[in-house]
Amino acid sequence: MTPVLRATDRGLYCAAGDFFIDPWRPVDRALITHGHSDHARSGHGRYLCTRAAAPVLRHRLGDIRVETLPYGEERRIGDATVSFHPAGHLPGSAQIRVAVGGEVWVASGDYKTTPDGLCEPFEPVRCHSFITECTFGLPVFKWAPQPEVAAQINAWWAQAAGQGRFALLGAYSLGKAQRVLSLLDPGIGPVLTHGAVEATNAVLRAQGLPLPETTHVTPDTDLKARAGALVIAPPSALGSSWARRFGPATTAFASGWMALRGIRRRRAGDRGFVLSDHADWPGLLDAIRATGAETVYATHGYTEIFARYLNSAGWNAQPLLTEYGGEETEPESPA
Amino acid sequence: MKTFAALYTAIDQTTKTSAKVAAMREYFRTAPDADKIWTIALFSGRRPKRAVTTTQLRDWAAEAAGVPLWLLEESYPIVGDLAETIALVLPPPARTTDRPLHHWIEALRALHVASVEDRRLAILSAWDQLSVTERFLFNKLITGGFRIGISRKLMTRALAQASGQDESVLAHRLMGDWSPDSIGYSALVEAEETAAPDSRPYPFYLAYQLEAEPEALGDPADWQAEWKWDGIRAQLILRGGTHFVWSRGEELMTDRFPELARATDFIPPGTVLDGEIVAWKDGVPLPFARLQPRIGRKTVPKALLRDAPVILLAYDLLEQDGTDLRDSPLAERRARLDALMRSLPPDAPVRPSPAIPFGDWPTLAATRAEARAEMAEGVMLKRRASPYLAGRKKGDWWKWKLDPMTVDAVLIYAQQGHGRRANLFTDFTFAVWNGNDLVPFTKAYSGLTDEEFRQITAWVRRNTVQRFGPVRQVTPEHVFEIAFEGIQPSPRHKSGIALRFPRMVRWRHDKPIQEANTLDDLKKLLDAH
Ligand SMILES: [Zn+2]
Ligand SMILES: [Zn+2]
Repeated sequence: MTPVLRATDRGLYCAAGDFFIDPWRPVDRALITHGHSDHARSGHGRYLCTRAAAPVLRHRLGDIRVETLPYGEERRIGDATVSFHPAGHLPGSAQIRVAVGGEVWVASGDYKTTPDGLCEPFEPVRCHSFITECTFGLPVFKWAPQPEVAAQINAWWAQAAGQGRFALLGAYSLGKAQRVLSLLDPGIGPVLTHGAVEATNAVLRAQGLPLPETTHVTPDTDLKARAGALVIAPPSALGSSWARRFGPATTAFASGWMALRGIRRRRAGDRGFVLSDHADWPGLLDAIRATGAETVYATHGYTEIFARYLNSAGWNAQPLLTEYGGEETEPESPA
Repeated sequence: MKTFAALYTAIDQTTKTSAKVAAMREYFRTAPDADKIWTIALFSGRRPKRAVTTTQLRDWAAEAAGVPLWLLEESYPIVGDLAETIALVLPPPARTTDRPLHHWIEALRALHVASVEDRRLAILSAWDQLSVTERFLFNKLITGGFRIGISRKLMTRALAQASGQDESVLAHRLMGDWSPDSIGYSALVEAEETAAPDSRPYPFYLAYQLEAEPEALGDPADWQAEWKWDGIRAQLILRGGTHFVWSRGEELMTDRFPELARATDFIPPGTVLDGEIVAWKDGVPLPFARLQPRIGRKTVPKALLRDAPVILLAYDLLEQDGTDLRDSPLAERRARLDALMRSLPPDAPVRPSPAIPFGDWPTLAATRAEARAEMAEGVMLKRRASPYLAGRKKGDWWKWKLDPMTVDAVLIYAQQGHGRRANLFTDFTFAVWNGNDLVPFTKAYSGLTDEEFRQITAWVRRNTVQRFGPVRQVTPEHVFEIAFEGIQPSPRHKSGIALRFPRMVRWRHDKPIQEANTLDDLKKLLDAH
């Protein structure tokens, strides 16, 4: 029996429906879980994604042919039936369910299991085979509750604001930046944004996502009048000449990798906030259990270790070779 | 542990030196004395005697976390620190406690006389009442290696500010083999000192690498040149009829080098010498490789004593007749040293490291070029008028090393780094050609920029041919220029050679792998040295 999905050199391929999921080389028909650059690449003939993911895809990939589906609605493609289900990773992100005959597979894309108050909460989908990400698939990764992290960020900002200094926070421009934004206490001061973050904010606001007010930093922005503001920028911008305009600012990064002291120190920011849009170790195991899947394929991160653990715990698991890995999956990547 | 954890967090949460020192100063002003003395001990590389092995720690942590041991072992290299791995993997504590640092140290010391089962229960109970940060620090008390982003120098500065003592006096007082058992905080830091312990060494003066041409140093007549030996920097202390040998890392090495005991037969008490321990035979130093087997050993087997006997090549006299000479100029210290050395018989375990006469810089440059033939790494330049300072200070002492030897080699294996470099591929194995085969000949870890490490990491992920545990074999495609300070024959290695201080100096994007060096090239270098 041919598997419902298999890894090819172009991406996860469904032979029954002749389409790919999150392919990394140009293909005719691509189903996209979410807009991060390792999942949504340019050059495909046709794109299919959730309604909420489409504006970001257009924003990032330009003039592409996109069709959309609401969450949960089934669509027949060839001999396969596909549907999109919330992944809780960022607004519009989805897991993709593929059924062929009686056989159900789910490709998770990137996901987190705890609600963040901003995107559609993760929804477990029953299946026979589950292709899961495992960016943080080690038992050392366990996230603190979101309000705790929010309190840490606000305390750090309030301290900087009290000294009249800027607080520069490095966060990936799609997803993490908006999540951080939603956690901030507007009573502390104004929030400024780097161009890459503001452009994404604009796309998401236009589709109705309620985001607090932000000011885009331009050469004309009166920074003196906004001393003590929090500035959200892509991590790579923090070490660049762009950041120098804020003077003796305090700097921080928000990422799951900040759980590790070595990486926190390597980043050379003053602070590291452990805030991830990927599932932690307990989250991954809960999600896998909830699918009821017997077979699990692991992508992103420590796939071999993770699969070995699943095997020892009674699943039939193996690593799947993909070219995913971007935003948080590569802790050292500049973006 | 909360106060100590707060200090750690304050230091860890800033990259600014002034903020770190301020946090330490505040701690030294407010913490209880019993905590302070232990904090000083920990931050200067001391730790309570180990009551629990790291193997036991791993077993018990895996058990408490409900994960298989192998999974904890696999996580460790990714986290980069065992104490941190365990702190993170454990379930959240069930309780909290206000017990201070010294309480936990006492508790650990009490375990020396406890059964293994009682030790296990005590450790599990500690973990169950400490937060992640407190646990990390508690584990560090056991595993050692308290490098938490504040150097000993900064700690001494903070302590000087908090206590009102002079910083250099404190630096000297903190040297040597005191422990919180033998001395309390006020006696170590605050009290007027009546008699210093005989064993206490002076802080070592460390040289900077000379980057400019030596002409920039001015008149050659102001400078003294010596060989830069490739051995172990050491202070030999002769006081009260006995002797002590200290390493630069403040390790007491007296028993490791029993040859030096005979120095007490020839040199009067009240003498402190600074120099280099080298393996020595028939009037010449042996290569560092011969000395190496003696480094890790607490006691030395007879065969090794015969094979690699050591002496101290002395180049400075820090104390004579019990008087601290560090403030007098080098020229005067050197004259006294030479006079002292002249009185020694030829078989004494101490010899002078001779000053190299030179009239101008080109002459010295020519002499330096001969360093390898003298079994030296280059020359040292010391200002004749300079006092003996503490620590690394620019201006008076320079090391002027030979240019390294280099080869172009092919990257064949890669492994992820530890700690700060966790998650980057930073540990590489390189090969040279032997006919049509690539023969591995060295590993190297450093020398690339962060950006280059990121690039090569992304490349390694995409070009892994095979995995052997944490090691990845990669497609032979990239050539790197490898620099090193020495080359020696080594039957233990497949290539038959071993390099000293290998590091990457350049990523040769311009070179195809066919143009990498050959094993014959390396053998020629070996014959030449
Ligand atoms: Zn993603
Ligand atoms: Zn991803």
